[in-house]
Amino acid sequence: MTGNPDTQATAAGRSFTIPPVVRCLDESGALVPGVQPLLEDKHVRKVYEHMTRARMLDARMLKLQRQGRIGTFAPSFGQEASQVGAMAALMPGDWFVPSFREMAAALYRGASNSKDTIKQILLYAMGFEEGSVVPAGSRDLPVSIPVGGQSAHAAGLAWAMKLRKDKGCAIGFFGDGATSEGIVHESMNFAGVLKLPVIFFCQNNQWAISTPRIHQTASDTIAQKAIAHGIHGVQVDGNDVLAVYQVVLEAARRARESNEATLIEAITFRRGVHTTADDPRVYRSAEEEERWTSKDPIQRVHDFLTARGAWSQADQDALETKINDEIAAALLEAEAFRDGSPDPLIMFDHVYETMDPYLARQREEAREAFEGRLVISGKGKAKVGTGSTAVVGELEMAED
Amino acid sequence: MTTTSAPKTETSTAVNKPTATRITMVEALNRAIREEMERDETVLCLGEDVGVDGGVFRVTKGLLEQFGRDRVVDTPLSEAGIVGTGIGLALGGMRPICEIQFSGFLNFAFEQIQPHCSRFAQRTSGGRRVPMVIRAPSGGGIRALEHHSESEEAMYVHTPGLITVMPSGPANAYGLMKAAIRSNDTVMFFEPKSVYRAVKEEVPENGEPLALGKAAIAQEGTDLTVVTWGAMVRRTKQATEKLDASVEILDMLTLNPFDHDAIIRSVSKTGRLVVVHEAPRTGGLAGEIFARVCEDAFYHLRAPMRRVCGWDVPYPLLARENAYLPDVERIAAAIHKTLGEE
Repeated sequence: MTGNPDTQATAAGRSFTIPPVVRCLDESGALVPGVQPLLEDKHVRKVYEHMTRARMLDARMLKLQRQGRIGTFAPSFGQEASQVGAMAALMPGDWFVPSFREMAAALYRGASNSKDTIKQILLYAMGFEEGSVVPAGSRDLPVSIPVGGQSAHAAGLAWAMKLRKDKGCAIGFFGDGATSEGIVHESMNFAGVLKLPVIFFCQNNQWAISTPRIHQTASDTIAQKAIAHGIHGVQVDGNDVLAVYQVVLEAARRARESNEATLIEAITFRRGVHTTADDPRVYRSAEEEERWTSKDPIQRVHDFLTARGAWSQADQDALETKINDEIAAALLEAEAFRDGSPDPLIMFDHVYETMDPYLARQREEAREAFEGRLVISGKGKAKVGTGSTAVVGELEMAED
Repeated sequence: MTTTSAPKTETSTAVNKPTATRITMVEALNRAIREEMERDETVLCLGEDVGVDGGVFRVTKGLLEQFGRDRVVDTPLSEAGIVGTGIGLALGGMRPICEIQFSGFLNFAFEQIQPHCSRFAQRTSGGRRVPMVIRAPSGGGIRALEHHSESEEAMYVHTPGLITVMPSGPANAYGLMKAAIRSNDTVMFFEPKSVYRAVKEEVPENGEPLALGKAAIAQEGTDLTVVTWGAMVRRTKQATEKLDASVEILDMLTLNPFDHDAIIRSVSKTGRLVVVHEAPRTGGLAGEIFARVCEDAFYHLRAPMRRVCGWDVPYPLLARENAYLPDVERIAAAIHKTLGEE
């Protein structure tokens, strides 16, 4: 074997600049001159519905957490266009690989039964593995918390699709903070060298807990990091759902047809807290938060639709009622599960495909140890204030 | 050093009757991987230098030529990338065999192994599994550079959700590798590099996998049990040759979940236990084995349990390697002392 014939290959014809930020709708919801939407109004209404559902569930979950009815969670408040626009451009057969802030995207993927999808989200937030059960045929991965790690899973899933001649792609989400983790670059590097049909979707929401974007990297843009890895890099207004839809559609086509990967930097803003254990007043200004209010993604698409006569107050009322009903039904089921003495022993059951005898023995020891008493932590304590104690979880607090 | 067709004996009969040749562990692993790749087209190899080079220890030699670049992949230099994309491959329906060039470099990949490989099945209530083998040359005794001689198995044993194995010779390496590839759990496969070419054994062709979770009795005995694994199995046998005693040697083969019952049976029979491992003493698996014996065979013990391990120091440079690793003299002394007590 005289050596790898590809060692002389170079990345031909690729630009060293990032194109201008892609936009379709301005902040008032008007189309940018020269742009035609890729989606018909009826589809934009659907997208708006999904974004609204995410916003409403998000707000409700924040309240539930403060009441101690669910645990810590990461809101996607303000990032609905990035997530819903992206998933709307993909097929059910494409793999969805979230980080921990993609609730809006997960809701979109589970929209065939929103009540059950919401229930799953609530069960996970309450700390039950039952919230991550996998529906048959699902190509959604569960939440991934170690920052950036899932970018490799997205690349690997794309790789599997390519090997199996499945003309699909995988989309992996992460934030601006994640681009400081090596694994994100290792994943992009693999995607470039091995020509994997993957979309790396960076939600640049300007903040990684208290670290602003300018302290995360000295690069002018995140998208340009793609150049170093020999893959395509694109910036998009992340609060413009039509623009996000367009760039993801294009990236998916590029992946499917040419096995070329894309890094998309969606410029958006984390309007809420990092997680419910965070207090942004400590590190960022009310002025900045106010500045981004006029760029809100949902308001923008709402204004676009109403200007075209495609959305009315009656539509809005009906939608909010429907969504509130879904959330109420899901919450009822989730709380009934939590309060119905769930079995603590299931944590033994799926660790290995076949339980070994010593683990089975431990399971039996646990069963005996828990006989006649409730060991599952159900509801937590209601929170006082708005998370100023800044803890992840529930620390025991000393008495004076 | 070839693994092509074995010489047929005059007595070979039925079509699928396994034929055997005396081969090394490297050749046995190569054969196992090759046969599993022939049997199941979802199996692929990925890692640094595994394709064109056939692996720095030649474990994957010839596989690229037979199976092509889609199934034997020379990856960029990134352990986290190898294991991380391996996870994606596994979730996407493939059965990757990830090679990490030396076990010391697994640390880069640990951020994929513990949070994801070990947890996916439990956290999805069994809905998603990561059927993957992560194999790496492990252990010392070859006078290598720094970072190329450690034994890290305890870190992986201490990570619930992983299966961790270590063969001791060509035949069990072959059987364990087949089992590991067919397993639907993530298997950490540590290959004792000092044994790679040191021993030849009869190994079948198209033979059966060896059951995971089962120890083997490498040597039967009645006076004392030595529990050990990897390169130390052979060294323990050598140590017992010097002694006038009937020593039973239990080869763990699977380090987690290990064959608890086999250890209890043996120690209940002999009443005496010595554990030998290359890995450092504190936090090493000998402590876990002692705890199990205390749980289930305490009243059978006739002497304190002893262990012969690497010292609690970072693995020294090669000049002091033989002072670090358990040697025949130290093993024999521990057995002798334990036998002498009543």
